Amino acid sequence: MRFLRQVLAVARKDLLIEWRSPARISGLLFFALALLLLVAYANGGSTFLLPQIAGSTLWIGLLLASTRGLDQSWAVELERGALEGLVLWPVMPAALFYGKAIANTFVLLIVLLALCPLTMAIYDVGVKEDYLIFLGLLFFGCSALAAPGTLYGAITARARGSSVLLPLLMFPLIVPALMAAAKGCSALMSGDIFNEAEIWLWLLIVFNVVHWSLSGLLFRYVVEDT
Amino acid sequence: MQGDSEAGLHVADVSRRFGRRWAVARASFSLAPGERLMLTGANGSGKTTLLRCLATALKPDHGEIRLAGECLWTHRDRHRASIAYFSHAPRLYDDLNATDNLKVWARLGEYSIDAHSLLEQVGLPPDRTEPVRTFSAGMRRRLAFARILMQKPRLVLLDEPFSALDPEGRTQLVKLVDTLCGDTAVLIVATHLPRTAISLCHHGIHMEAGQITWRGAHDDHPLLKGAT
Repeated sequence: MRFLRQVLAVARKDLLIEWRSPARISGLLFFALALLLLVAYANGGSTFLLPQIAGSTLWIGLLLASTRGLDQSWAVELERGALEGLVLWPVMPAALFYGKAIANTFVLLIVLLALCPLTMAIYDVGVKEDYLIFLGLLFFGCSALAAPGTLYGAITARARGSSVLLPLLMFPLIVPALMAAAKGCSALMSGDIFNEAEIWLWLLIVFNVVHWSLSGLLFRYVVEDT
Repeated sequence: MQGDSEAGLHVADVSRRFGRRWAVARASFSLAPGERLMLTGANGSGKTTLLRCLATALKPDHGEIRLAGECLWTHRDRHRASIAYFSHAPRLYDDLNATDNLKVWARLGEYSIDAHSLLEQVGLPPDRTEPVRTFSAGMRRRLAFARILMQKPRLVLLDEPFSALDPEGRTQLVKLVDTLCGDTAVLIVATHLPRTAISLCHHGIHMEAGQITWRGAHDDHPLLKGAT
């Protein structure tokens, strides 16, 4: 119970900081939106091509924005030495990781939920059925970016050029999750004729189980002096 | 300074290096519960590194630190709750106001606090709602001290506690440290202002290039006898 209380306390702290500085979250949203618009313009507004690439463009937009968001979530901890304070405070390292990863998942989910209707309008696509699977893909897609992103964000936060290092470390790792989320969403947006969205959702769930468990175990060695 | 190390703090041959340079080399001393030590030395003499080892922020490369008879590093998860470490960094969140900062740290450590009373104790107006980023350096130091006041420490580590504080703030801090330590906590103060810290401490240690070069009663301290 103590562990859960600490996880919630860390998540609540991060979400409170996001709430008090909304410029950060709106920055992520506008960055991803700009990418969606640029891709649409670059393809000349093609009514044939745009619906096919809607899912993948949505997730690439979120992925690029997420690296900035994950980097910022650790920058806040380093600004006044709060990270060392957290490590030395009676907070379990795993609780610190899970709290931050949950808060990052929610931040990404908020950005994604705001992007979805805009993507559907710009790319002229829609989801007509299997709403639960679609929501599952959005949720588990965000958590699949958040868990390894939070771990690697902690590793790179103190390094020079962390904003470059984080994507270099994170991108290769999250390829399966990005592919599953993009393919699943694309399938649903084009009617899911072959019923493949559910399979992609299960792949995302397995990815989440592996990465949320491993990252929680490894986190202590990232933030503590060894 | 050779007190009851089983109940208090025992530092034996502690060394820590960064690359090839030994920041702290073979530091040894013992402090019984309630004993207070002033740590002096020039910049780069190893004071902060030693304090960070005692706070379990750094693992010593050699030697052992024991608190209440237990190895501090091995049992760090348990002992961290009883170590109050006031460092150079205020450990605050700039986007939150003073009350929110204290509430956040209290929730994380599962301390029950009265944030208004803590702010009043350190001389900050409790009804101020601006984010901490608008605070002066001295106000941030006061708020950072309020953060450690919620603890019930067995070991209190203060790194340059008087920096950025006005004379009134320094006097206030001395009183608060007294309250925080009570009769049982071990206190170590690293400072460049021995004249201010002297009223808090029983003993003194002076460090040069990572080594302890002098130890004795606080009123025999070489910096107090010299021009400094």
